[in-house]
Amino acid sequence: MSTIKLIIDGQEIEVKNGTTILEAAKKINVNIPTLCHHEDLCVAGNCRVCVVEVKGRERLEASCAVPAEEGMDILTNSAKIRNARKDIVSLLVSEHNTQCTTCYRNTNCELQELAAEYNVDGNKYLSVLKEGIEIDTSSWSIEKDDSKCIHCQRCVRTCAELQHVNALTAAFKGNEMKISTFGELPFNEVVCTNCGQCVNHCPTGALTERRYFDQVWEALGDHSKHVVMNTAPSVRVALGEMLGYEVGTRVTGKMVTAMKKIGADSVLDTDFSADLTIIEEGHELLSRLRKVLLKKDTNIKLPMITSCSPGWVKFIEHMYPNHLGHLSTCKSPQQMFGALTKTYYAEKKGIDPKDIVSVAIMPCAAKKYEANRAEMNDSGYRDIDAGLTTREFGLMIKQAGLNFQNLEDSEFDSIMGESTGAGVIFGATGGVMEAALRTAYTIVTGRNVPFKNLNITAVRGTEGIRKASIKIDGCLEEWAFLEGAELNVAVAHGLKNARTIMDEVASGKSNYHFIEVMGCPGGCIGGGGQPIPTNADIRAKRIQAIYEEDMSKSIRMSHENPEIVRIYKEFLGEPLGEKSHKLLHTHYHKRNRY
Amino acid sequence: MEEVSKIIKEKIKEVGNQRTALLPILQAIMKEQNYVKKEDMVDVAEALDISAADVYGTSSFYSFIETEETGKYLIRICKSITCENKGKKQVLKAIEKELQIDLGETTYDKKFTLKPTNCLGLCDMGPAMLINDEPFTELTTELVSEIICEFRNR
Amino acid sequence: MSNKGLRKVDILFSQYSVAPYQILKQTMKKNKADVLTEINESGLRGRGGAGFPTGMKWQIMADEKAEEKYIICNADEGEPGTFKDRKLLVEVPRKVISGMAIAAWITNSTKGYIYLRAEYNYLIPALKKELEVFEEYSKQFGLDFPIEIFSGSGAYVCGEETALIESMEGKRGEPRNKPPFPTQEGYLGKPTLVNNVETLASVSMVCRYGSEKYKSLGTDAQRGSKLFSLSGDSPKEGVHEFELGMKVSDFVAEYGDGDTKAIQVGGVAGYCIPRKNFENTIIGEGNTTGGATMIFNSTRSMYNVIHNYLEFFVEESCGQCTPCRVGTQQLLKGIEAVKVGDKPECYLQDLIKLSKTMKITSKCGLGQSVTNSFTSIITNFPEEMIY
Repeated sequence: MSTIKLIIDGQEIEVKNGTTILEAAKKINVNIPTLCHHEDLCVAGNCRVCVVEVKGRERLEASCAVPAEEGMDILTNSAKIRNARKDIVSLLVSEHNTQCTTCYRNTNCELQELAAEYNVDGNKYLSVLKEGIEIDTSSWSIEKDDSKCIHCQRCVRTCAELQHVNALTAAFKGNEMKISTFGELPFNEVVCTNCGQCVNHCPTGALTERRYFDQVWEALGDHSKHVVMNTAPSVRVALGEMLGYEVGTRVTGKMVTAMKKIGADSVLDTDFSADLTIIEEGHELLSRLRKVLLKKDTNIKLPMITSCSPGWVKFIEHMYPNHLGHLSTCKSPQQMFGALTKTYYAEKKGIDPKDIVSVAIMPCAAKKYEANRAEMNDSGYRDIDAGLTTREFGLMIKQAGLNFQNLEDSEFDSIMGESTGAGVIFGATGGVMEAALRTAYTIVTGRNVPFKNLNITAVRGTEGIRKASIKIDGCLEEWAFLEGAELNVAVAHGLKNARTIMDEVASGKSNYHFIEVMGCPGGCIGGGGQPIPTNADIRAKRIQAIYEEDMSKSIRMSHENPEIVRIYKEFLGEPLGEKSHKLLHTHYHKRNRY
Repeated sequence: MEEVSKIIKEKIKEVGNQRTALLPILQAIMKEQNYVKKEDMVDVAEALDISAADVYGTSSFYSFIETEETGKYLIRICKSITCENKGKKQVLKAIEKELQIDLGETTYDKKFTLKPTNCLGLCDMGPAMLINDEPFTELTTELVSEIICEFRNR
Repeated sequence: MSNKGLRKVDILFSQYSVAPYQILKQTMKKNKADVLTEINESGLRGRGGAGFPTGMKWQIMADEKAEEKYIICNADEGEPGTFKDRKLLVEVPRKVISGMAIAAWITNSTKGYIYLRAEYNYLIPALKKELEVFEEYSKQFGLDFPIEIFSGSGAYVCGEETALIESMEGKRGEPRNKPPFPTQEGYLGKPTLVNNVETLASVSMVCRYGSEKYKSLGTDAQRGSKLFSLSGDSPKEGVHEFELGMKVSDFVAEYGDGDTKAIQVGGVAGYCIPRKNFENTIIGEGNTTGGATMIFNSTRSMYNVIHNYLEFFVEESCGQCTPCRVGTQQLLKGIEAVKVGDKPECYLQDLIKLSKTMKITSKCGLGQSVTNSFTSIITNFPEEMIY
């Protein structure tokens, strides 16, 4: 690839052809402010905050959008630029609801940060904020407050490019331009997967998750209630970011202590039910393979596709309503956990399930919606009473006045607190696949998967779609029909990639047996409920932390989790058995496509 | 409803089912019923396999694609400075009086909708207006009454 | 400043021959490179307002290699006060279509579109008929270049070429980032040449008269003849053709109503020239040349005028970029506030500065040009802006 030379602030620099001015400046440690820019997304060049001066041109150029050219002589800091940027930030402030102190994104808002940096005078221009804007609170997961919107269209691009959902659009033009759903319908009536990626990519408080922590506090303060908290694998590798730690720091022990300190009666691990998911899903896969390959049952669909990611599940319900048979009937770990909390756990602990409040702390926005799906009440109660995001939980820790960094480490409670490395890796794209293969291979062959340290690296990584084939030999007698078979698997993350792989499945041309799909880029570690910002770098560090956590575990295969062994012995009976079927499996609904 | 799906089908036959067909289809629906209903947008989205939100976002951008109910005859009166200076106000008042509606409204019988529009490119013959696609120029208070009368009887 | 006086010409609307498409036929007998050189040397610049040298644009387009290349005639004439393109399309569509065909022939383009603004939908039947005539003749000449009409849907910003292309692609008419330019990646990602109606008609004239003769018209800044859409307080409203280079005073003497207070040159995106500057301002020098000219006499309130322009900009901004979307609102609200005394008179100076920020930071010509009329009206008529 050819390179070009240019000068930025007097310093000569050589960059690859096609590099934007913004990227070139970053290479020499010049930070240009941005708002509409997000490295996950295509260039917009909308906000104009990143303008720079190209010598010889009267107009300023948006550095995020303009490629560096040979011989360019660029200034990134001049009176002309500072004045222009200050004017632009002032204009954004003038159309913005500036009640920052009561905003959920207060102190974590990109507009606020820039307004402070440029010492913007809020009274310089008249307010052009529209009156009578109502907050859309119709969704279980997402709230939309147009009064905080700065029209950068990051959410629109997120929904279109990362997720291929296109639930959001810019509508109207001029001063009436706004970010809208179809026909300005409430969120809960449109084709939205609740993935929350728009929330994670919003620079301000215009899009936020619907918060439930007040209800959780109320339950924690109510002594007649027994509050059970469980937390997803990817929360422990991201929560630290909100509490002063470097990205990629694992804070599992302190997180557990914090939950105990804020008053949870029992602090349990969603990783436990992730292990359980693996057992059920692994058996479901093998059962499907038997039915299709051995019994030629044409009613059974292959490939089987994972169903742990509620954003993905809603996506397929909307976009591929005729292919729901491919989805594993397994509930997600969160919902398995909820159903067991109010049955198995209640029974073992001798607590009336009506007094149990189950709280799930998740990296996810869609989990809030999932908890509220009508059918999620197999325990006889609402299986999960409240779903919190990593962000909400971080805030609760602050509200509780805990000095997080000085907390002692502690262990999850029992029962349903024990987990394996296989449960942990659920948090990263490819993790469910890897965990399932570790267990399924052992079931079929009686041996461990033939990979060094059990690490199935072929399904790891951040490529949008990854494919692998695993040869099965030396099968136990019961699984003789699989002898010599190649198990074809694929992993996709982010709904854009999910669509690509589903198109392949829908066309009938795919030869996969098993596919893992996660709704968010990077899997749960990049979930819509994770700390803001999230970007490729941050996702990679969180993934690394997940695998470190896996390696730190003494048990790394779900079927070896002693609590899993115990629950089947004492409560569930056998995988895919009657009780499992009632509590751990679910069904799906066709939804409108457009 | 059936009418619209027929229009969509015919237009797609003519211009294909790519996104480029979106505005021609919306224009064809406009021609038929003078506005594009939400249900129509869903049909269009389905026909072109794009999201309904995208159809809405595009429709609402253009001032000649109406997304709210509109009468059979859509009057667009030019509000540019030249027409303004040539007595648009009086003409507008006369129309409002004649139709018994205010700017932006539709008559009870759903026959007329009255809207302002930006420059029609008829500045040398202002004040000017369009009724659907038909231009009317050098308007006076008397003339608009006659024109409306004529349309009433069409 | 070189005043050449008021020089009316009659070129663009003149009849050339009774047989259709003779200019095209004659041109196609020549060498493509020679014709391109002619257009280059004629000094013709885009007539839409931006004024990019036409020959240069065509050269870039000709150099692009692609299976499909598009020629788009920009007939989205939305500038308030402009109607010259309408007249060209009504009276001499052949010259416009010939210009497109010559462009296609030189640049090896495969398909043409006339992007016609929705407000001109009533022109479609006649244009379609003319396109049938063209099809017949172009086949005779061995030119395979189908032309379709694409109807706009009501958005001023779609006159900006990349917004126009977005609109043709079925999207919101939001201008794109440049580069890439349409000649590199235009309609459907293919090389696309977008030229204004008058530019294309002018190309026909260059081909007819030769660059020498064409170049002898006009001034260094603006070669050839230029159409003016004249409206407002004038007894001679309509489209007039001139060589550029005349003093405003000469123009006003001929076309004013004797009581001219100010003249808006270049549409609302252009400049407002007050009476005191009529003597020392040459039309076409330093003021934009889309050709929309509006005359205001002493009964007109310049506050109303700028208020009307700003309302237009506030509505017609595509809304994507901050300076244009919010800046236009601030200017409008700002002059209203000064008018009623909610803001001091000196606030007008802040607004002028803001409009200059809009000029250097907006994404496209719309936001960039608001300052022209705003600053010229506020500075020249400050007394009309206050309570």
